[in-house]
Amino acid sequence: MLPAPKLSELPAGDSAIIAAMPCGRPALTRLRELGLVPGTRVKVVRRAPLGEPIEICVRGSRLAMRNHEAAFIELAAS
Amino acid sequence: MSESNPEPLFALVGNPNCGKTTIFNALTGLRQKVANYPGVTVEKKVGECISQHGKKLRLIDLPGAYSLNARSPDEAVLRDVLLGRRTDTPRPDRVICIADAANLERNLYLLTQVLELGLPVILVLNMIDVAEAREWHIDVPKLSALLGIPVIPMQATSGQGLIELKLAMSQSAPESPKWHSPPLPEPLKAELARSRGLLCQAGAVRTEAALLEPLYLISDHDPSHYGIDAAHLERIVECRKALEASFPGWEDELVNARYAAISELCAEVLKRPDQPGVTITDKLDAVFLHPIWGGLSMLAVMSVLFYLIFSLAQVPQGWIESAFSALGNWVQSEMAPGDLRDLIVNGVIAGVAGVLVFLPQILILFFFIGLMEDTGYMSRIAFVVDRLMSTVGLNGKAFLPFLSSYACAVPGIMATRTIDSPKDRLITILIAPLASCSARLPVYGLLIPALLPAHLASAWVKAGLMLAMYAIGTFGAFFFAWLFNKTIMRGASSPMILEMPDYKLPAMKGVLLHVWERANLFVKRAGTVILGLSILIWAASTYPKTPGADDSTQLANSIAGRAGHLIEPVVKPLGYDWKIGIGLISSFAAREVFVNTMSVVYAVESGDDEDVQPLRNRLAEERWPDGRPIYSPLVCLSLMVFYVFAMQCVSTIAIVRRETNSWKWPLFQLGYLTGTAYLLALVVYQVGTWLGY
Repeated sequence: MLPAPKLSELPAGDSAIIAAMPCGRPALTRLRELGLVPGTRVKVVRRAPLGEPIEICVRGSRLAMRNHEAAFIELAAS
Repeated sequence: MSESNPEPLFALVGNPNCGKTTIFNALTGLRQKVANYPGVTVEKKVGECISQHGKKLRLIDLPGAYSLNARSPDEAVLRDVLLGRRTDTPRPDRVICIADAANLERNLYLLTQVLELGLPVILVLNMIDVAEAREWHIDVPKLSALLGIPVIPMQATSGQGLIELKLAMSQSAPESPKWHSPPLPEPLKAELARSRGLLCQAGAVRTEAALLEPLYLISDHDPSHYGIDAAHLERIVECRKALEASFPGWEDELVNARYAAISELCAEVLKRPDQPGVTITDKLDAVFLHPIWGGLSMLAVMSVLFYLIFSLAQVPQGWIESAFSALGNWVQSEMAPGDLRDLIVNGVIAGVAGVLVFLPQILILFFFIGLMEDTGYMSRIAFVVDRLMSTVGLNGKAFLPFLSSYACAVPGIMATRTIDSPKDRLITILIAPLASCSARLPVYGLLIPALLPAHLASAWVKAGLMLAMYAIGTFGAFFFAWLFNKTIMRGASSPMILEMPDYKLPAMKGVLLHVWERANLFVKRAGTVILGLSILIWAASTYPKTPGADDSTQLANSIAGRAGHLIEPVVKPLGYDWKIGIGLISSFAAREVFVNTMSVVYAVESGDDEDVQPLRNRLAEERWPDGRPIYSPLVCLSLMVFYVFAMQCVSTIAIVRRETNSWKWPLFQLGYLTGTAYLLALVVYQVGTWLGY
């Protein structure tokens, strides 16, 4: 089985559903509080000119995060 | 105000960027006060307004927060005030929760947490125009019915909805909310109830506390735990551990449950188009965040800002300086000579001028920052430069304060308030003095031509040397940022999570008010310290008096002069004599003072301020007893390197004291910067000597 795709790997303009996020990491708990919970659709709006951070759209809100955090967010295979 | 405080206290609560401050300003006008919560660097804003029925209402603008599960000092203050745990702030009677209608789901997260605390709440849906422009439809009556609280659509920038809000605030008997905590797995709920029971019994929380209240009190991310006994703290930690053991990831489980409930609520009241249309924000971001145009437009904006604080600010600074020097001359001519006149002219008037001279830069910088924050452009700057800043362990928000420090570290350090992460903010404060500020220019201007006389080097070489000084400072700043990240700040996690708000027109009233507040705080808080320290340094170079001596002898015999002698053994390995020692000591007030002090030391007639050629000629003639020139190229270089690193600025110390709320950090900074300056100047001189220069 292929490893689950990560949010950090999603190309700009694409969207996917969050499948899983590890528990107990403060940074990820904060992202959950901002609306990124499993089952939510996220869209990568763009990457910054230097490749990082990435801007995403979730529940109609726009947030930016680094690959380091995005790499923990597993997406459902589309 | 009477002791019983009969007027109800309303707290304004909301996410960052929800327009909370604009609403606070609109409600209170100028009837507001800014202070600090004791013990933390979080601002406390209180004000008053008159209700629609002519009644006086008290307001408190709480810091912006995403959650009661606090993750920053700002959020901890919000939580503690809402829970009534701060002794310096009464528990609010009612809460006005401001939600950004265009980010409704995320904003409802904090709202639902607040509703569970049992305080009466009014919900304001701000920026309703932005939501409507996106063709979002929010069923306000239904939302109000489902939550059981008044819901008021608002467009704060145009004042729409303010009267409705004031009417709702005047209602004396608010309805009680219908919102209930989202359903949780039964065993988790039982465990939470057990924890609350234990904590109520111990008296750590009020008996009517909400289910989650005790758990908001302890989070790994906020070690301050304001107002909690150590004994209670232990019990809370126990409860948390028990929860952690039986339900790994319980905190995340709670977030999921809350969002599930919010999704359900939104399904009822919020209609969004399936395919979101292209907004103005999308169009602007296509330019401002474009791989090429993004970088270029940012460069242009930063250049304008830098020009304004570096060059344009010099004009009003010149006015301030001439006005105070005229005042000094007038006092000089009107008063009888004596200690008092010296104190007034050279201590007080010069000191006050030294404080006010910072104002033009502070006003310009904060006006610009206010515009950029308010329009939403600030987040875009952080987005574009974040990758760059991350190489030294900082995030994109540290960029602007650091850049501003090249004009002057004082406004730059004040601007670090825009950095949310306490760790990044502190590191930025610590490295800010390494940006070569404009006060170093007179020192470089004196020493570079002394090091490279006109017949030996072209203007380009001199410019190159100047640039090298900037480069060394910048490299030093990045090095120490990296080092502090790896050492004293190790383990402090600061994930970069940046909100990208929609662009909007700035609320000029709010921006100007903010500028005024900053200037006011600077003069009151930092200004007094700067004035005190300047007078102290003036006194050190004036006393004890040597009757009948000229200025040069007088200075040599003063406390500062004797201190210069005293430190000669310490600075000799850097190639300096005691006269340079005096310069180092007196320029502790501000770097550019070095030039004036040296003029006095060598009794050079200082004609025009701009023309330091006579002083430079005098420096070239200075000899050690054995006939070697004192100001050899190597010594000039060693001196410049010293000034790149040394924290020779009482104003910076004062502002760091104010911004970190302790003497610990400014003293640490003074130590590490002066230590580095000494070491590097030593290396330059000793290695240079050894190489035969």
